[in-house]
Amino acid sequence: MNDKGLIIVGLVVFLALVAFPVWYNVAEGQADYVPELEIPVGVQECVMETEYMKANHMDLLNDWRDCVVRDGERMTVDQNGHEVEMSLTRTCLGCHTNKEAFCNRCHDYLGIEPYCWGCHVDPKEVQ
Amino acid sequence: MGIDRRKFIKASGLAALGLVSAAPVRLFGQHDSNMVDTTTPASPPSDGKPLVGNRWAMIVDLKKCLHEEGCTDCVAACHLTHNVPKFDNPKDEIKWIWKEGFHGAFHELGHKHLEEHILHSHVPVMCNHCDSPPCVKVCPTQATWKREQDGIVMMDWHRCIGCRYCMAACPYGSRSFNWRDPRPHIDKIDPNFPTRERGVVEKCTFCDERLAVGKLPSCVEACKAKALVFGDLEDAESEVRALLAEHYTIRRKPGLGTNPEIYYIV
Repeated sequence: MNDKGLIIVGLVVFLALVAFPVWYNVAEGQADYVPELEIPVGVQECVMETEYMKANHMDLLNDWRDCVVRDGERMTVDQNGHEVEMSLTRTCLGCHTNKEAFCNRCHDYLGIEPYCWGCHVDPKEVQ
Repeated sequence: MGIDRRKFIKASGLAALGLVSAAPVRLFGQHDSNMVDTTTPASPPSDGKPLVGNRWAMIVDLKKCLHEEGCTDCVAACHLTHNVPKFDNPKDEIKWIWKEGFHGAFHELGHKHLEEHILHSHVPVMCNHCDSPPCVKVCPTQATWKREQDGIVMMDWHRCIGCRYCMAACPYGSRSFNWRDPRPHIDKIDPNFPTRERGVVEKCTFCDERLAVGKLPSCVEACKAKALVFGDLEDAESEVRALLAEHYTIRRKPGLGTNPEIYYIV
């Protein structure tokens, strides 16, 4: 039983390989990389608070979807009491005109592929 | 002895049950407190008041439509509005409204000595928005359902799992299945309406999205012969009721008891 050294070396090599993505990013200075999202110009407020939208936009969109498709209700009221249409294409993309630099950039960073875009169309893409 | 095996098993069973039932309660509680109120009653959009009816129906005046032999304006307008793809292979075909030969549409009615112009006519056919839709009964996910307020047989592509039971159930062949990704086969995509994905069924929804903003279905709007009339059957003053009272009308496969709400003036 004199393989102690070999085992430790093997473990170190194994851990180094497994942790490659982590230490590679640290070495590259990318460890604290956060994508910069393009915020709409000239628009001050979203339909809900920014913090809420960051965490819950997907739930909000799910609720909107059910309201529009299942209940036939197409309008709602935003955080300031303004009436808005519950529409991903018209309301959301109406302000966030650069889907690539807002939606995609964050979804790519987080490794999320929402299936919304399988059917819903970015007006810019078809122009 | 403090506790025997039997008591121990009973107690652990109860404890497990308690844990399992407590979890959803906590989850639901959290969900409620976080939920946004998006169910505020909708008011009409600013650009046009929604068209409201208790039972939408359509009348196809074949006397007018026949004069426009070869015309497919209704088909073109509908398919353009709803991003319906065009495939070369007829097996992949997606259709919301199309023209069928008289025998195909009313095969139980025709006989070979029928008037020439009727025999050789092409009839616009679409989803019949039946009163008793068999497609709704068979859908396991309620992706297709009949809207209570106006009788439209709706289709929710978010829920459709592509089982195609509705296609088997529909006696009118009004549903199409996306065997292939439709998006590359759409000539001109309208971003105001979603395209569909491979693996879902689709059909005409009486332009519910247009009714919501006060517009008539696009086929009705596009028909230059004014052969398509859309209206509320429960409104005694409506144009559809007037036409039904004045003319003899037929429906497709009435014997099946689905009560189709597309009427044809012959």
